[in-house]
Amino acid sequence: MSDSEQTTTHAAKYWWAKLRILLGILIVWFLVSFGCGILFREWLDANMIKIGNAPFGFWMAQQGSIVCFVLLLIVYNFMMNRLDAKFGYDEKGGDV
Amino acid sequence: MSQGAWNAVFIIASFAAYIVIAIRSRAGSTKEYYTAGSGVSPLANGMATAADWMSAATFISMAGGIAVAGYDASRFLMGWTGGFVLLTTLMVPYLRKFNKSTVPDFLGDRFYSKGARLVGVICAIFICMTYIMGQMRGVGVVFSNLFELSVPMGVIIGAAIVFFYAGLGGMKGITYTQVAQYCVMAFAYTIPAIFAALALTGNIVPQLGLIGNAVEDGVPILEKINNINTELGFSEYTKGNLTKMNMFFITAALMVGTAGLPHVIVRFFTVKNVKSVRQSACWTLAFIAVIYLTAPAVGVFARINLIDSLHNTPYTAVPEWFSKFEKTGQMTFEDKNGDGIIQYFGPEKDQPNELTFGTDIMVMASPYMADLSPWIIGLLMAGCIAAALSTAAGLLLVISTSISHDLMKKIINPGLSDKQEVTSARLASLGALIVAAYFGINPPSSFVAKTVAFAFGLAASSFFPTLLMGIFSKRMNKWGAICGMMAGITFTLAYIVYFQFCGGTPEQYLFGITPEGIGFIGMIINFVVAAIVCAVTPKPPVEIQAMVENIHIPRDAGEASDH
Repeated sequence: MSDSEQTTTHAAKYWWAKLRILLGILIVWFLVSFGCGILFREWLDANMIKIGNAPFGFWMAQQGSIVCFVLLLIVYNFMMNRLDAKFGYDEKGGDV
Repeated sequence: MSQGAWNAVFIIASFAAYIVIAIRSRAGSTKEYYTAGSGVSPLANGMATAADWMSAATFISMAGGIAVAGYDASRFLMGWTGGFVLLTTLMVPYLRKFNKSTVPDFLGDRFYSKGARLVGVICAIFICMTYIMGQMRGVGVVFSNLFELSVPMGVIIGAAIVFFYAGLGGMKGITYTQVAQYCVMAFAYTIPAIFAALALTGNIVPQLGLIGNAVEDGVPILEKINNINTELGFSEYTKGNLTKMNMFFITAALMVGTAGLPHVIVRFFTVKNVKSVRQSACWTLAFIAVIYLTAPAVGVFARINLIDSLHNTPYTAVPEWFSKFEKTGQMTFEDKNGDGIIQYFGPEKDQPNELTFGTDIMVMASPYMADLSPWIIGLLMAGCIAAALSTAAGLLLVISTSISHDLMKKIINPGLSDKQEVTSARLASLGALIVAAYFGINPPSSFVAKTVAFAFGLAASSFFPTLLMGIFSKRMNKWGAICGMMAGITFTLAYIVYFQFCGGTPEQYLFGITPEGIGFIGMIINFVVAAIVCAVTPKPPVEIQAMVENIHIPRDAGEASDH
């Protein structure tokens, strides 16, 4: 196998691994916002535990989804940095 | 000290800070003018982006809008935050790796076509112009309230200040002023909310107060507002009136629109590398969440307090602040049944409603209702102005760089030197400000409010899908991209214009979707048309395919300069 082919497959593997992470993040993103906040809201309001005094679906739509988005991006940062390091694409800097 | 003196202290102090920062960090080269030399720290850029994102309308009117719409307002809360997840995972890391200064720049190079670049320039200018008009109006209104100037005078002063630091300082100048503006906004928004939460719920955290009980009678806050609403003839706060279909499509359109707004995307060109982009986007969303999580609490507390102190109160016994807002026309009382008592009723009650107020009242009046000291109100005024100025500056930058870089340098006159380019960017921002100020002084009736649907619809149906395909598909070529964009924009524009301006009726809605949510359908049309056209036209050149592969890898995103 030539050098250039090796880089291509290395990069392709990296790209597929990255797409898998993105897909996972976006599935959770869809579930917490559209799923809990809109599509299944009535059912969740009626059948799930209340958050404080707020019905579950309503709370997800007004507060919970936003909290989840922030957590998702933290997880995304962590997983992407690990993936970059694993494939040797990591960079110095960007700390703060 | 009087209220007027406190207002003046806060506003003059914050302006002095912005101007000092702008002078210290003014731009010298095009690189600094467009992207601040790509040397901004992720944390600072996160704050600046949050300030850029939150407009005067968000700051002043969102809480009031939530208080009135209840559950239905969740579409804005989720739409305007969830879009950042799309932006961070699908857009900005790759666009930063591409290492160019504007969004039309990417379109022009990736789709190897001046046509694609031109469509990008037109969309970017249109989106930003519609947005900036509302900001200039907001600045004018706040100034005129504060210093008893006329609104046009307020608009002109605001425009002059924005030109001073955005037009002259470029991206570098606005980034560091926006950091300061975010701090002002965050304090101005949360401090009154904390006091209101303490007074009403005994909880210092507004978000916990919202799901807690009222101090007075131990009734849950949400139950209290539901009871008030049903009693007065409004729909229940935690239920909602919009159909599930509309909730879904409007939320989706706002999300993809957010991920396609050029003035948000370019902010991430200012950090050092791809890793910093991801980090910075995470900070951005966290800083935005501080305000978005507080807004529902502010709205609910203010609505309870407002109705408590005004409903069924004789007009002669109203609190002192009522006359203040009555004077500015923000609240009006019309004694329809002639009993001298204020009655506030919703549409489901058959008695006439005598009290009207705008959505901005919930934020503006809440410090008065909670009887807070004058300096907090001064801080709030400074926060309103910071919100309007920071957004206006960010938008202005996109307009001026689209004109100077993409139109002048890349399409009309490639021989332009670096220095001439910066000069033309400054001239373009002056021109754009004059137009924006004109519309701020003479708003075309309710046009500005309606154009928000335009901005998000256009971004959702043009930039988001086309950028996404440009980044993720090697096969997508210029014909597919241009046809897709044209189809998406034409459909979305036609739908919005027909229903907003040409008297279309709700019965004619496609699947019952309002113009607010149509951008999502426009996006799907863009994808479908692009895929079909692309399948029957030749592949893009090899070097373009290699470029797409290259932006998938995060390393080596170009040089950055230290600040």
